[in-house]
Amino acid sequence: MSTDQDGAAVTPLLEMRSVNAHYGAVHALRDVDLAIYGGELVCLLGGNASGKSTTLKTLLGMLKPTTGEVVLDGEVVNDKPTSYRVARGVTMVPENRRLFKRLSVRENLDLGAYLRSDTDDIAADLERVFELFPRVKERLNQKAGTLSGGEQQMVAMGRALMAKPRVLLMDEPSMGLAPALVQQNFELIQQIHEAGLTVFMVEQNANMALSIADRGWVLQTGRVVLDDTAENLLAHPDLRASYLGQADT
Amino acid sequence: MTATLPPETGAVGGPDGMPLAPSRPVLAQDWRRLVRMGAVGAVAQIFIALSNMPVRLDERVVVKPVLSLGYLTLLIVPFAAGYRVGHQIKREGMPQYAAGAHEVAGGAACGALVGGGLSLLAVLLANFDLREPLVNWSPMLAELLAFGNATWFAVVIWLLIGAAIGAVGGILRTLGPRTSRAVVTMALAVAGAAVLEPLVVDLAEGMRLEALTDRLYARRGGVNWTSALGLAAASGVLAVLARGRVRQARDHIASLEGARRNRANLGLILLTGAALIILPLFAGKLTNELLANVGLFVLLALGLNVVVGLAGILDLGYVAFFAVGSYSAAVLTAATSPRINPEMPWLVALIVVVIITGLVGLFIGAPVIRMRGDYLAIVTLGFGEIIRLIFLSDWLSGWFGGSQGITKIPGAGIFGLTSVAGTDPRRVFYLVLAFCAIAIYVSWRLERSRLGRAWMAVREDETVAEAMGINTVNVKLLAFVVGAILGSFSGAIFSAKVGSVFPNSFLILVSIVILVVVIFGGMGSIVGVIAGSAVLIGVLGGPKQPGLLAEFSEFKLLIYGALLIWMMLARPEGLIPSVRRSRELHQEEMAQDAWLRGQVEDDDSDGGTHAAPAT
Repeated sequence: MSTDQDGAAVTPLLEMRSVNAHYGAVHALRDVDLAIYGGELVCLLGGNASGKSTTLKTLLGMLKPTTGEVVLDGEVVNDKPTSYRVARGVTMVPENRRLFKRLSVRENLDLGAYLRSDTDDIAADLERVFELFPRVKERLNQKAGTLSGGEQQMVAMGRALMAKPRVLLMDEPSMGLAPALVQQNFELIQQIHEAGLTVFMVEQNANMALSIADRGWVLQTGRVVLDDTAENLLAHPDLRASYLGQADT
Repeated sequence: MTATLPPETGAVGGPDGMPLAPSRPVLAQDWRRLVRMGAVGAVAQIFIALSNMPVRLDERVVVKPVLSLGYLTLLIVPFAAGYRVGHQIKREGMPQYAAGAHEVAGGAACGALVGGGLSLLAVLLANFDLREPLVNWSPMLAELLAFGNATWFAVVIWLLIGAAIGAVGGILRTLGPRTSRAVVTMALAVAGAAVLEPLVVDLAEGMRLEALTDRLYARRGGVNWTSALGLAAASGVLAVLARGRVRQARDHIASLEGARRNRANLGLILLTGAALIILPLFAGKLTNELLANVGLFVLLALGLNVVVGLAGILDLGYVAFFAVGSYSAAVLTAATSPRINPEMPWLVALIVVVIITGLVGLFIGAPVIRMRGDYLAIVTLGFGEIIRLIFLSDWLSGWFGGSQGITKIPGAGIFGLTSVAGTDPRRVFYLVLAFCAIAIYVSWRLERSRLGRAWMAVREDETVAEAMGINTVNVKLLAFVVGAILGSFSGAIFSAKVGSVFPNSFLILVSIVILVVVIFGGMGSIVGVIAGSAVLIGVLGGPKQPGLLAEFSEFKLLIYGALLIWMMLARPEGLIPSVRRSRELHQEEMAQDAWLRGQVEDDDSDGGTHAAPAT
């Protein structure tokens, strides 16, 4: 398990303690230990079918771990539903954005704040989203499915921010986007992170993710095989070989 | 439409501004299409003829003495084919050339091919006995096709009729917008007068205006040809005078925003409500019966609309809730119900009915909503039948009467507004109207509520909805329960109206008809659902309820199917799509237009999917 810079006294915001998870007979996660501390930007790297999305689902409560514990703010939340975790600040931006395509941008944003009832605060957050993405405001009444890829990404982020998250779980933010947009998207993540949000992202694009992350894990067939700072991971020969495709340089 | 235009043939006006007159290659290219459409039309025509529709519907006269509904079914195909062919030549041949003789010639040729189908059929009928394989076929058909003459006459006359009607379709293409609007209005006026005949006669009797209808309609039904001409002339003049102001007004209302829009809507609703309250006072039994039937299906369709349209759960067994509502109301109110007969007043019973149906909704919904897509649909189909079979079973006949059903149900009584079974359709209608108003209000509020939004989120993407913190299981169950309760209203009124319930009133067909109403009207649209019921149930008739075109009842399912296919191709969003959606689309178009004109400064640096504006 990784340690906080200031020592071990801080409780992690979100934590997985030797979690095992199964899809039927498939053993998807094997003894996974992760700890995300407040204010961090961390990433989980791994290839296809390595268990990245399963980790997210388990953190969010859409999949129950067979053994082990998911801990939110020091509380074991294994038996708590997704809504409980979302209400306490765990929010996901799904892979490929997955907006509600036939609903308007406005409705998408409203659905982000589905569990909140603090009307004034929601309005303030909506303004914040508009500040961050002026384009979203222009497209407010349009159907989300008619937006361009970049705009959809903005709405997806805005929808997540409307939930007033404390930790943002991002599922493959680079997936399905043009290279220029990927760059823009990662800058956005960094910007949101610098504004004080904890971000946990799951990525295949190791280079990109590690360039902005503080720490990272590497997942292989459901097992955490590497756990280090971003710099060390970037320099790690195994990782370079398997994910960065630069074994010989 | 699928064939691609060979670019080398020079059909499309070149960049050098070649005059865009119709040239040979276009027609050469279009021959194939024309022949194909003619062949398809001919097959459709033979199918319609052999389905026996023309013979059966010959009894219903549209315009006396020249046109019956039966002949009309034979004329629709060549007309549509002629119209389509003109459309295709115009649209795909060359973008700008002036409409002219080619549409007419194409339409006539295509129509003649379609009519040729009937000529062929006439020859076949004269030489072979089709009675054996085609039980529906009647010997009257040959007579009908030949207008009582010899076979050769039928062969010639249908080629000629087809060509003429096809040409008419083509001509309609060549007309300017104003003329074609006038022509369409004239046709609609005559057709409307013919279709609505029972309704108009009934209303006129109530208002003591028999003199008027006696002039308009022939004694044995059908519009007199003189009055048809008069009606057409009057409506044509009106259309010319109105000059599209009706459409303008509609667009104007659609473009209103905020408070003004709400006021306009409120005005329209009040107006419709007032009309629906006053109208039945002048109407006789027939109209009220019809309106009550439409209302019952509006209730059912609104309920199913919550389940299918809002929450996106394809429920093919919705009749289950109609059945439970009917049966529980029957058991609770009727003195003759076998085991228990508390003989509750209808209104009290209704509360219990709502609770029971809600529980049944929960009970059926719980296992069903764990499935998705096709599996879910199949399971609901099963539950729909299971419920009917439970009411039919001998085992429970002590409770529900088995196949004997429950009879002598006393009818609904609300604060003196009693409607004893069947005796006063007007009161039944007012009862239905009241519940429709409630259901419409509930649907309208739900759609705009937090729950409604959660339903739509589940419909769009269940996994993401769950990730947003929506409890998808509860939300979907609630959709089932709300749908069940709205359906139970309809059931409770139905049993009181008819006075008896039998398991056979709740066949799977009812589920399908309700679903067709919802899809036809526009999923998720309240106005659409009402319009869908009015058109399908009011005009064509429900599973057991006759509509205005009662003659169609035998071919109802055929027409439902054809309408549904046409709808899916031409207007998948339904007859009247949800207002909110169409307004969104409208705004979207405006935004895009503005963008194309360069009014919105665009920094489309994200390399999005927008196409660059044409230079």
